[in-house]
Amino acid sequence: MIFRRKREIGKAGLGRTAFATVISLIYFFPVLWIILTAFKSYADALAIPPKFIFEPTLENFYSVFSRSYSAGAEAVDTGFDLFFFNSIFIAGASVLLALIIGTVAAYGFSRHPLKGNDTYMFIILTTRMLPPIIVIIPIFLMFRVTGFAGTYHGMILLYSAFNLPFTIWMMKSFFDELPREVEDAARMDGSSEWRIFFKICLPQVKAGIAATAVFGLILTWNEYLFSLLLGGRDVRTIPVAMAQTIGGDIGVRWGLLAAIETLFLIPVVLVTFLLQNQFLRGVTFGTIKR
Amino acid sequence: MTPRAATEQTFLERFFARNRGPLLVSPAILVLVLMNIFPLLWSFGLSFYNYRANRMKEPVFIWFDNYAKVLSDPVVWSRFQTTAVFVAISVLLQLLVGFLLALMFEKRFPGRRVLLMLVLTPMMLSFVAVGAFFRYYYEPTFGLLSQAVKAITGEPFIVLQTPVGAIGAIIFADVWMWSPFVMLLVLAGLVSVPKHLYEAAEIDRASWWRRFRTITFPYIRGLLLLAVLFRTIETFKLFDAVFLITEGGPGTSTETIGVYVYRVAFQYFRTGESAALGYILLFAVVVLTNLYLFFVQRRAKEV
Repeated sequence: MIFRRKREIGKAGLGRTAFATVISLIYFFPVLWIILTAFKSYADALAIPPKFIFEPTLENFYSVFSRSYSAGAEAVDTGFDLFFFNSIFIAGASVLLALIIGTVAAYGFSRHPLKGNDTYMFIILTTRMLPPIIVIIPIFLMFRVTGFAGTYHGMILLYSAFNLPFTIWMMKSFFDELPREVEDAARMDGSSEWRIFFKICLPQVKAGIAATAVFGLILTWNEYLFSLLLGGRDVRTIPVAMAQTIGGDIGVRWGLLAAIETLFLIPVVLVTFLLQNQFLRGVTFGTIKR
Repeated sequence: MTPRAATEQTFLERFFARNRGPLLVSPAILVLVLMNIFPLLWSFGLSFYNYRANRMKEPVFIWFDNYAKVLSDPVVWSRFQTTAVFVAISVLLQLLVGFLLALMFEKRFPGRRVLLMLVLTPMMLSFVAVGAFFRYYYEPTFGLLSQAVKAITGEPFIVLQTPVGAIGAIIFADVWMWSPFVMLLVLAGLVSVPKHLYEAAEIDRASWWRRFRTITFPYIRGLLLLAVLFRTIETFKLFDAVFLITEGGPGTSTETIGVYVYRVAFQYFRTGESAALGYILLFAVVVLTNLYLFFVQRRAKEV
């Protein structure tokens, strides 16, 4: 018994690391395999049995942006550069807009509650949880009448509204956590409400704003149905373009499909690492903090 | 505030001071009313009309006929059944897999953070991407999964050909994607268990099962319930994954209610009917969301 160290509760050793590494890699494998496939030549991607070791090539990534649609034909622009720009621009602008409006509203809901505050918050969450199709039909009709369909301002407005409930719930949960003593002290000293908001509250939720922005960007970047039904060719985003490519001319050019997906996934995988501490809050729309 | 200060305020300043709450939230409310509440009311109106968005014909007011038609339609009920099968099996498996993953990550060990992020990645990906690469893995000749199964059984594996196989294939992708969500919630529960309880149990030499049942479970029970509700709401709306992996086939065996509403609205263009069906779905989601928030608040009081 002397030689057996008392095991510390809550800690596991390197054995657990080995076990967890194997399981995690198996879990992550579908993503890893797509990334590998993106670097394979046409023949390697279709090899039976699957090749784990191969000569990497970048040809698929070139084909994403420009390729020939039939054998021997000249390579033409596929428009994917525009679709990537659209995805980045629409996601960026709408998240920024939702963040500005949403943070102010969240501060209001947290610090100057209205009558029936909880009811407002419930309705706001419901607008996020409801089956999207039910609002898409009227928005479809609205966009048709106003000519917003297939325009940048239409898409940005749409996605700002899409991000707003999430932003409000997230930011309210961050504001709710701040200690009020500092604000009260500042108020006693005669600070204006503007000063309290900008100089005291906002700096304290900086990390929260960043996490909310990243989650919003991922959600918008991934969104498919709104973009499919309300966008047009000029404002087409990557998910829609990707789905059309799969259903269209791509056939069994798995390497090409994998290259599109890799370009689409890499930003998400990278920023996911930035979210570590706010993950739980983010995926539950700010309803569960820890 | 002293009376003197009050008189020095201009009318506008007093207005701002009195209505701070409403003023702060009004821009957000405005956007939500414009893009969510107004469309919702419009949908509600549409659900009482016989209207097709692709025809020029004037809408006809038909009272509750759309609701009556939808609720007595055997097709709708069979889509609800399909959805129920997806929700039941998928959520159950997500709970199981998520729970096991949480147990693996419960204790601290070197490299835990990095590995955790690898496992959390799937749920950050888009349904379209997940759908697309599972479609590729299920492809009968070249698909990775099909080849693996063929190597073991010797039979060609064409999983998307049969209804059961197609349902299983979609559930597999969905469970892969969302088990980490359950894992996160369970982990949050596991972390909240006070350490001294485990120490006491160790002194008492309590068995693993007893320790789990009397110490661990009470702390994760609330979060498990929230996980089930949240995933039920989301799986109930299952659309993208089905649409991309099987498009509802073979036949209509994997057509969930989400896919069906989409077809009614944007392929058959029976707009009024789809609005009525949408409202029935909305009702279910509102009830579930209410329940979810009720348990969120109850848990917030306990913690």
